[in-house]
Amino acid sequence: MTSESRSSKQQLADEFRSFIDPQFVISDEETLKPYECDGLAMYREMPMLVVLPETVEQVQRVMRICHEKGVPVVARGAGTGLCAGAMPHKEGVVLSLAKFNRILDIDPVARTARLQPGVRNLAISEEAAQYGLYYGPDPSSQIACTIGGNVAENSGGVHCLKYGLTVHNLLKVEVITVEGERVTVGSDGLDACGMDLLALLTGSEGLLGVVTEVTVKLLPTPEVARVIMAGFDSIEKAGDAVGAVISHGIIPGGLEMMDGHAIIAADDFCQAGYPRDAKALLLCEVDGTEEEVDEHIAEAEAVFRKLSATSIRTSTSEEERALLWKGRKSAFPAVGRISPDYYCMDGTIPRRHLARVLLEMEKMSDEFGLRVANVFHAGDGNLHPLILFDANVPGEFEKAEAFGSRILELCVEVGGCITGEHGVGVEKIRQMAVQFDDRELAQFHSVKVAFDPKGILNPGKGVPTLKFCQEYRSIEHKQHKHEQAGAEHG
Amino acid sequence: MADQIQSLQEQVLKARAERQTLNIVGGGTKSFMGRTPDNDAATLSLAEHTGVVEYHPVELVLTVRAGTTLSEIEAVLAEEGQCLHFEPPRLGENGEGATIGGTLACNLSGPARPWSGSVRDQVLGLRLLNGQGEHLRFGGQVMKNVAGYDVSRLQAGAMGTLGVMTEISLKVMPKPATTATLVQEMPLDSAIDYMNRRAGEPKPLTGACWFDGKVYLRLAGARSAVEATAEQWEGEVFEGGDALWQQIRDLQHEFFAGDDPFWRFSVKSSAIMPSLDGPWLVDWAGAQRWYRGQATLRDLEPLALEAGGQVSLFRGGDRTGEVMLSQPEALKAIQRRIKQSFDPDGLFNPGRLYSWL
Ligand SMILES: Cc1cc2nc3c(=O)[nH]c(=O)nc-3n(C[C@H](O)[C@H](O)[C@H](O)COP(=O)(O)OP(=O)(O)OC[C@H]3O[C@@H](n4cnc5c(N)ncnc54)[C@H](O)[C@@H]3O)c2cc1C
Repeated sequence: MTSESRSSKQQLADEFRSFIDPQFVISDEETLKPYECDGLAMYREMPMLVVLPETVEQVQRVMRICHEKGVPVVARGAGTGLCAGAMPHKEGVVLSLAKFNRILDIDPVARTARLQPGVRNLAISEEAAQYGLYYGPDPSSQIACTIGGNVAENSGGVHCLKYGLTVHNLLKVEVITVEGERVTVGSDGLDACGMDLLALLTGSEGLLGVVTEVTVKLLPTPEVARVIMAGFDSIEKAGDAVGAVISHGIIPGGLEMMDGHAIIAADDFCQAGYPRDAKALLLCEVDGTEEEVDEHIAEAEAVFRKLSATSIRTSTSEEERALLWKGRKSAFPAVGRISPDYYCMDGTIPRRHLARVLLEMEKMSDEFGLRVANVFHAGDGNLHPLILFDANVPGEFEKAEAFGSRILELCVEVGGCITGEHGVGVEKIRQMAVQFDDRELAQFHSVKVAFDPKGILNPGKGVPTLKFCQEYRSIEHKQHKHEQAGAEHG
Repeated sequence: MADQIQSLQEQVLKARAERQTLNIVGGGTKSFMGRTPDNDAATLSLAEHTGVVEYHPVELVLTVRAGTTLSEIEAVLAEEGQCLHFEPPRLGENGEGATIGGTLACNLSGPARPWSGSVRDQVLGLRLLNGQGEHLRFGGQVMKNVAGYDVSRLQAGAMGTLGVMTEISLKVMPKPATTATLVQEMPLDSAIDYMNRRAGEPKPLTGACWFDGKVYLRLAGARSAVEATAEQWEGEVFEGGDALWQQIRDLQHEFFAGDDPFWRFSVKSSAIMPSLDGPWLVDWAGAQRWYRGQATLRDLEPLALEAGGQVSLFRGGDRTGEVMLSQPEALKAIQRRIKQSFDPDGLFNPGRLYSWL
């Protein structure tokens, strides 16, 4: 760090300390350290400063100062993001919303909750439970991740197919603009006048504003939920079974698939009683009234049997349901146990291409010499391939990244997208150029400019600069040509 | 079935070269909405740009050209036992003319909206001609896609001010196996509370409205669940249920007849009724309230805000002034800049949504 930037850092910290509790303006290396990355720890950067304001007025002042000085601001919730979206900027300020952790109000009659952005996702449902209500989107990270982060990423969970993503469960947000203005977008009604800025802000990865309050819809807790676990001897059959259930007119509350590698890892991890010889496992949860669930469970079981499931087990108690889900919910840590590190991808595909995509992934796995385990939000086509690698082996992460990149390109090729719920951040910024052309990316940039003309909110994330894309495309192009030539000669 | 994209693109480029503003029209069934269209604008018609581009029932995804009518779409879906479960209003003569593009631009959804989501909620992606005549693709044809800003949903309610939507991908759903409607007499204030409380129960409710001293609840889903709930809840089974919900959806109900202006309050579902005498029809378990009467936006705005929501002049009345809730300066500035970013020359539907857009 040059002496000049050191002094501007000191100056900025002093200025923040004049209105924020000084202990919540962090400038020393040791205390800054935990903020250097989010859940994707392979990407790291030390911030200049971290601030943890306690009031919205303080957030506004931080924004005004940074805007005036052109200092980058990276908003941060719990830091569980998986795309390096909350990774700091080295000349910027991390604006942590951790102090905003209060549930402001639950309205059991209107079925809404008004929340500060740092409220944890699970805390909403825990608090709403006394009224027989819950909050729909349930990312696997729900114990830790914040509603502000969920809004910024448009997070999903296992219940998306039936209950939607974050964007479907929001009523309004309060946002601090880059100029430090406090605005409310949306309302307590279901639709608002004008362009749908609420939708635009949702999933905008902290690039358009800082969310300081969120009002969500709550849903009545279903009377019952039961889960069918069905094993299959091929991925194709399991894929067909997913389509068959849906064609039958049943929209399961959750519909998850695991491949053979994930089944064994999860079963070793928590003895869920999964069929270890199966090539694919489906977890199909049906929820609703007693009558509806009985009717749909019987139909779904019949569908699976007809499509020659090798094993079928249906939960008959809450304990059994929890056990069957436990394997799926701990799939990440389970895979973490069989490999020193894993890299989680997030592409989405039209389900009809599932078998092809998994097959090609197996081939790539051989080619790169890295194992891959698949857990899959089968209902909505969102794949989570977990690439296993060892960060201590030089070059292995780079290999995993290259493998991941090929998977995402394949997803786009079959008509899907590079990210279903984890966001672009820094991680997938190169693949943006695969999914979008330059004119589309330019349109994104001009939307960004409409909110943040100086580009100080989370710079370098979400949307690549056009120059960067051209370089990436030409490198990729050459590589592909090279590989194709190699394949022909081999 | 026809792909008119080339012609549409040419028309936009020509308009741009000639600085000619454009009034984008699908079936023309919603011309009564928004502010009075710009007189000098030339018409850009999507009526010929029709047809299903892709439909995969098993994926629950449909892609259609923007000029395709709702009746055509629903006929295609019905063959597979599926539907648009946001129940878009079939405006126009005999429910025929309304297109999917216009429905999204105006963000119109029917009685099931609180439970099934709105048209905006079901949009997965779209293609759009921007003001430079560039044909762009946003979102996708899959259920989940968080790459890039959500430009697709941004179009909902923008009334065509940002570009010409040419192709739309939507999530579709299975048709419910059974429906039943329950009716009982109840004063409006009690009905608001009653509808909200019923909506808080885990039952297959998909419609809740009040009109003329009666509250109507619609149940839809698995037969066993619908029948059991109809037994448990009070109220008579109402035989004309399907027709009633369709009339409300299409604004064909007697409440909507005549020339009095009507106003749409989109408010917190449990809010107490604004003190405003006149006929009301309350839908969406209290979240959408139709009011008929002579009034000014300025007078109604405080009432809507107090009820936690917004108000717009939906049909009739003076449409030369603003017809939508006024926006704070900061949001005006952002929306102007967004407009500028899509349509730098201000070609599309100028002044249709707000005088300043
Ligand atoms: C084990 C594990 C499992 C996961 N499972 C899922 C899953 O099932 N589904 C899923 O969708 N995701 C999942 N995730 C990803 C992650 O948890 C979500 O993206 C989550 O929403 C991030 O929330 P956070 O509070 O940790 O945000 P952070 O990681 O702190 O931030 C994420 C992004 O949001 C921005 N941001 C945060 N707060 C604000 C704010 N108040 N205003 C503006 N911008 C803000 C940041 O700048 C950053 O770009 C998982 C992560 C892990 C580690």
